[in-house]
Amino acid sequence: MAGELVLLDFWPSPFGMRSRIALAEKGIPYEYREEDLRNKSDLLLQMNPVHKKIPVLIHNGKPVCESVIQVQYIDEVWHDKAPLIPSDPYQRAVARFWVDFIDKKMYELGSKIWKTKGEEQANAKKEFIECLKLLEGELGDKTYFGGESLGYVDVALVPFYSWFYAYEKCGDFSIEAECPKMIAWVKRCMQKESVAKSLPDQEKVYEFILQLKKVFGIE
Amino acid sequence: MAEEVVLLDFWPSPFGMRSRIALAEKGIKYEHKEEDLRNKSALLLQMNPVHKKIPVLIHNGKPVCESLIQVQYIDEVWHDKAPLLPSDPYQKATARFWADYVDKKIRSFSFSFFIYELGGRVWKTKGEEQATAKKELIETLKLLEKELGDKPYFGGESLGYVDVAFIPFYSWFYALEKCGNFSIEAECPKLIAWAKRCMQKESVAKSLPDQQKVYDFILEMKKHFGNE
Repeated sequence: MAGELVLLDFWPSPFGMRSRIALAEKGIPYEYREEDLRNKSDLLLQMNPVHKKIPVLIHNGKPVCESVIQVQYIDEVWHDKAPLIPSDPYQRAVARFWVDFIDKKMYELGSKIWKTKGEEQANAKKEFIECLKLLEGELGDKTYFGGESLGYVDVALVPFYSWFYAYEKCGDFSIEAECPKMIAWVKRCMQKESVAKSLPDQEKVYEFILQLKKVFGIE
Repeated sequence: MAEEVVLLDFWPSPFGMRSRIALAEKGIKYEHKEEDLRNKSALLLQMNPVHKKIPVLIHNGKPVCESLIQVQYIDEVWHDKAPLLPSDPYQKATARFWADYVDKKIRSFSFSFFIYELGGRVWKTKGEEQATAKKELIETLKLLEKELGDKPYFGGESLGYVDVAFIPFYSWFYALEKCGNFSIEAECPKLIAWAKRCMQKESVAKSLPDQQKVYDFILEMKKHFGNE
């Protein structure tokens, strides 16, 4: 019951990547539409009038906004394949907690790393590493956050890996040196086709960041 | 198997109120523990080491943190009574969207006190900043009014997820109006009608503190932080 599925997206967006991965995990065909964020399409403005942001998942003409809401929606509608969210209510609450943690911390801290310098950048780097270490602790000895297979937290977190190289270059540090277990987990995820095909090349993301820095007049 | 449910809370917290309402809607007996946020208990720090915040729902010794996660958890575990989330995936996604919207725009009533946004700016600032904050708040409330439409509740005929997520902030309206010198009812009459409808439900009325009490609390905080 795929119906008509469209994803309004922007290639470097870690949020868009989450939905790409979820759709790929379930083997659902969809139309990918690239948005120019400096010139948003009528469709985007119509489908997400409140936030005017990507990604927007449009299913049979009806929009679902916010990436974590999309992933949960995809998991619920196409529930018979590759379940992402645990069925046990407590495990589900734990998975939601970590996705909420990732949403509260990763993007903002990452942005500070490439946008700022000096003390502000140093603090952002420190906090960023602390967050990754906390997530490493939650991962423990599991193959994935979801256990034996890719789960909700994995899908929410792994997109940020495509930005790691950019953060490292801008912040002059090595994430692998600080969080080897995290990088090992990432590499496991990247062996999955759904993930590998949904994440852009890290070098490409870095070039994009350099462009943004120029546009924003950031050294 | 006797269920042990504990809620670590702080009486003016709209986030704590969400879980109070959800538990009351389901008729679940629980122990309410009031936290002194200037002197957090060992239990709180142990149960929410990551954020160290209330509310924390402890079910048979296991913590659930973040109010919206708690409401969903309560709804899923005690699913046989007073369902809060729709069963249809699309309606569920819509409910989650609006609860998320409330969180993004009005969640500023955080008691760490240093992260004030929309609502917080109404009493912390003066002049132009306050005028902007008021305008943004009214726009946000009007959008929610529009989403409510002609329904008695956001959840339709009965209290739902978005109602539970949003109604707690009603207990802060009087404080906002006094500090910001404006009337929310004048701007959003339908929303106030909805709020009063919710307040007729015991689960809500018993979970929200008195608005005057909240205002007195804000005045204390303002004094304490040397504001005006």
